[in-house]
Amino acid sequence: MGASRVTKTAQGPLTGEGVAATRPTLDAHRQRADFAYLEELVNGKPLAYLDSAASTQKPRQVLDALREFYEHSYANVHRGVYRLAERATEAFEGAREKARAFVNASSTREIVFTRNATEALNLVAYAWGLDNLRPGDLVVVTELEHHSNFVPWQYVAQRQGAGFRYIPIDDSGELQLDALERIASEGRVKVVATNLVSNSLGTINPVEKLGAWAHEQGAIMVVDAAQAAPHRPIDVQALGCDFLALSSHKLCGPSGIGVLWGRQELLEGMAPFNLGGEMIRKVTLERTTWNELPHKFEAGTPAIAEAVGFGAALDYISAVGLEAIERHEHELTAYTLGRLGELPWIETYGPPAERHAGIVSFNVEGVHPHDVAQILDWEGVAVRAGHHCTQPLMARLGVAATTRASFYLYTLPEEIDRLVDGLHKVKQHLG
Amino acid sequence: MSEFDDLYREVILDHYKSPRHYGRLERPDGEAEGQNPLCGDELSISVAYAGDTISDIRFEGRGCAISQAATSMLTELVIGRGIAEVAAMSKDELLAEIGIPLTPVRLKCALLGLGVLKVALHRSAGTPLPEEWANLGQDLELR
Ligand SMILES: Cc1ncc(COP(=O)(O)O)c(C=O)c1O
Repeated sequence: MGASRVTKTAQGPLTGEGVAATRPTLDAHRQRADFAYLEELVNGKPLAYLDSAASTQKPRQVLDALREFYEHSYANVHRGVYRLAERATEAFEGAREKARAFVNASSTREIVFTRNATEALNLVAYAWGLDNLRPGDLVVVTELEHHSNFVPWQYVAQRQGAGFRYIPIDDSGELQLDALERIASEGRVKVVATNLVSNSLGTINPVEKLGAWAHEQGAIMVVDAAQAAPHRPIDVQALGCDFLALSSHKLCGPSGIGVLWGRQELLEGMAPFNLGGEMIRKVTLERTTWNELPHKFEAGTPAIAEAVGFGAALDYISAVGLEAIERHEHELTAYTLGRLGELPWIETYGPPAERHAGIVSFNVEGVHPHDVAQILDWEGVAVRAGHHCTQPLMARLGVAATTRASFYLYTLPEEIDRLVDGLHKVKQHLG
Repeated sequence: MSEFDDLYREVILDHYKSPRHYGRLERPDGEAEGQNPLCGDELSISVAYAGDTISDIRFEGRGCAISQAATSMLTELVIGRGIAEVAAMSKDELLAEIGIPLTPVRLKCALLGLGVLKVALHRSAGTPLPEEWANLGQDLELR
């Protein structure tokens, strides 16, 4: 697979100076004051945390919200008759409303809290797939899917005797939409599942187009927004999808909570996923009826404080501004691709900067990505090396693994410079 | 980062760049191979015996620096030692030799060579691989 060597496009500090005033910008230096962890030293060096695609660091505001909630408003939610339980429920349901607004859903009934994006995607694959897929049907995913939007579909399709197809990528890591016609000729397409942003290559996928195609085929459109939601505004109505999944821990919130958004008519028609307390309306020895949406899909005690912390994280990133975050990361990506593009011994993967989110995957010629990450760690630069839960994609790229640097609202261009300096050391030691 | 750590790192990088006992024995008494599918490390080891001791050893492979350097260091550790003693050798002895702290992911890289050697020794002796290695062996696809 050929790499996209993108030419240098941006240079210098990205603190907002010299940028047209009408465009939303952020001051990463100012944001960093909220993130205690960034003050941490690694091997006596300041930490350059370039692994935000795996999980982001947490701002003080989120940590404060968790402590505040536990100290003043904590009890189990729903069903409580005392004041404290009511306060806890209010805070929990308040987080649901924040999530609704964040993805522009029309109702909080459509916001199901899950453990993470993975559980949200499993919920759809099981609760929708087991009742709606049969032989002759096709489930269509992409070649750059994260395993969490790949394996559940592969498994459920196999169990139901349905076909499983993928949309291939081209050499720059973008979906080849001309394959759609062939795929449609091979069966009844019932599910199209894709990520909005690829966690391995940073590709921004044409979800609106795919959604329109899915609906023409009579299929549902399932969007994995785990890697998109932290970095760009999400509008489920404009995207034209049917389900959308995201994780709190990737957008400054606590781990242990995520969201499945689903269109109300579809969620209403689906069987429950987990069964037990909270998801029932009435239980008798003979039969059980289900609670209303979204509680039908929320069996058991949820991640209560985590939901509240998630709400605080949504407030935090919304106050910074998703457009400003997107722009900041775009500049960092262009800068990184530019600097890496100057090094002939580095191969970068993925689309050109204009269609490339804040994730840059690369390899150093002749050096194993684990060694790259290890030597960078010695320099205080944290990156991820591995298959990034996208083994089919690694097979397509013809590599066992890549090294991946990913950014967030606290990332500075100076940290990219330290990455590049570290890569020179890698080259010097191992190249 | 302490200079002490630096020293260890130098040694590892040295073994990676100039591996000891690299290659394959023409008439080995024991042989095995293995790979770590997670990162694509691959190794094969051949050993020769003189009575009860390991008289010679060679390894071949490719992959990350830790897997290759650890195996190179291992060859120096075991040559001339008793077969049974090495077949029972603990992980800790090798890890002490490597000297730098390793995350669980890197630990598998570091132990690949020892796992492959154990398979070779136990197979030629007709003894079963100890349980902890058999479990690790599934991850590392030891053959
Ligand atoms: C694109 C994408 N989808 C899904 C996931 C799964 O997220 P989680 O592990 O929070 O369920 C991730 C996280 O790595 C991701 O990057």
